[in-house]
Amino acid sequence: MGRYLQLLKLQLRTSALLAAQYRWDFLIDGLISLVWAATAIAPLLIVYSGRSQTMIPGWSMNEALVVTGWFILLQAILEGAINPGLQAVVDHIRKGTLDFVLLKPADAQFLVSTSRFQLWRVVSVGTGIAVFFIAFGRMGRAPSPAGLAQATVLLCTATLVLYSMWILIVSTAFYVVKVDNLTYMFSSIFDAARWPSSVFRGVLKAVFTFVIPLALMTTWPAEALLGRLEPVTLVYAIAASLGFAAASRTVWLLSLRRYASAGG
Amino acid sequence: MTRTLRALPTLLRIGLAEAVAYRAEMFVWVLSTTMPFVMWVMWSSVAERTPVVGQSGKAYSASAFSAYFFCAFIVRQIVSSWASWEMNFEVRQGTLAMRLLRPIHPMISYAMGHIAALPLRFFVVTPVTVALLLTCLDELPKDPRIWALWVPCMVGAWLVAFLSNIAVGTLCFFMESSLKVMEVWLACLMVFSGYLIPLDLFPPALRAVADVLPFHYQIGVPIEVMTGRHTFEQTARLVATQWAWAFALLMLSLVAWRSGVKRFQAFGG
Repeated sequence: MGRYLQLLKLQLRTSALLAAQYRWDFLIDGLISLVWAATAIAPLLIVYSGRSQTMIPGWSMNEALVVTGWFILLQAILEGAINPGLQAVVDHIRKGTLDFVLLKPADAQFLVSTSRFQLWRVVSVGTGIAVFFIAFGRMGRAPSPAGLAQATVLLCTATLVLYSMWILIVSTAFYVVKVDNLTYMFSSIFDAARWPSSVFRGVLKAVFTFVIPLALMTTWPAEALLGRLEPVTLVYAIAASLGFAAASRTVWLLSLRRYASAGG
Repeated sequence: MTRTLRALPTLLRIGLAEAVAYRAEMFVWVLSTTMPFVMWVMWSSVAERTPVVGQSGKAYSASAFSAYFFCAFIVRQIVSSWASWEMNFEVRQGTLAMRLLRPIHPMISYAMGHIAALPLRFFVVTPVTVALLLTCLDELPKDPRIWALWVPCMVGAWLVAFLSNIAVGTLCFFMESSLKVMEVWLACLMVFSGYLIPLDLFPPALRAVADVLPFHYQIGVPIEVMTGRHTFEQTARLVATQWAWAFALLMLSLVAWRSGVKRFQAFGG
């Protein structure tokens, strides 16, 4: 365990060095993060413009803004911590260089997952938190301590689910080799998480609750911050995230067995 | 000139073969353009609760939103360009040199690659078109003259998309990589083109900004024409402006290409 912590520290240091080398990216990524945040918020502003009633069932403008904040925050985690490392796996598989990772005396999944971080995405985390402040400022109240605690737990479960789904998707790279753009596909599925889950109905609602639990990622944490989450939901979230984690680990190990290397 | 023309069919054949070879990759690209459907879910949920009325005074019903976002998907599939990514990649790898060696302007060979991918794209567009015709036939314009203008409108939209991609792509001759510029461009495209939100619903100030930018002509205008939002005269005027944009972008990319390629040093190797 201690060894893995040390490894994580090392990997983070390399990423930090890399980020420090491209200092200007801080500004550019910051700018891009603001622009993307604007694209997430603009539709909400237009939907609610000049109308006071709840346009999305059960959500006022400011409450929906909290969901958007979670969307921006989780997207930052996805693009900063999850995507870069796992994109590297896809490259490794195609080029056959995964051999070098497998040879190392540590767990392969751990090594590839922590191999790269886009540290400047921290700016987007800041943007997401700023959106929370704006939303709660407009509502004129603050989240309760209990709500904050629930939200923190849900942040962990959401990250775990995101990560596990990514592992599941990346595992397909062992079967279909040319899938450079899987990242984009997953990001676009995640796009649907920008709205409160009550906009989905029928089949879509079932899919986005049970198959791809988008509600778990943005809607529930937002409800927790707003102080109206059913405590039972928390239990369901923890169980679901652990289930996803176990499933993805199994699939990863099975897929790894199929890895046949490639000629250099 | 005739030499270029004679090369075109071969270029198209090669492009098609490439598109077929990487069909899995293309399929994933298609799956990743789900944004119109995400927006459609939200807008139709809103429209069911209260009537949504645009600045022009015309209302958007739930089925109008369905038609709008089905068309958005169709337009996005046909009018799409990845030339700036291709250029950035080739400049960084130095493989642009291979393109420069051929006795044909690289812009033409990029364009042929794009056009050759269209047959596979039609494959995806067809079921969505059928769904559109089955569910929202009433929302589509009945005037055949509008449909006659829709064809040049789609061509114009494609030209705007392709040429703006080339224009941003040529920036990579001057800076190391123009991918970040492209990302900002893409975000602006999402908001100001009408891809996420019909421009008609914009507040007037934002609408004024969108009207002076080229993005609307790339995606929004063809969708609005397809969903019968404009009269014949309005459509004609919009298509004329669109082609003016295409021409301006063509001049810009030709000039930028000419001065940029002089700086190209073909590193890598």
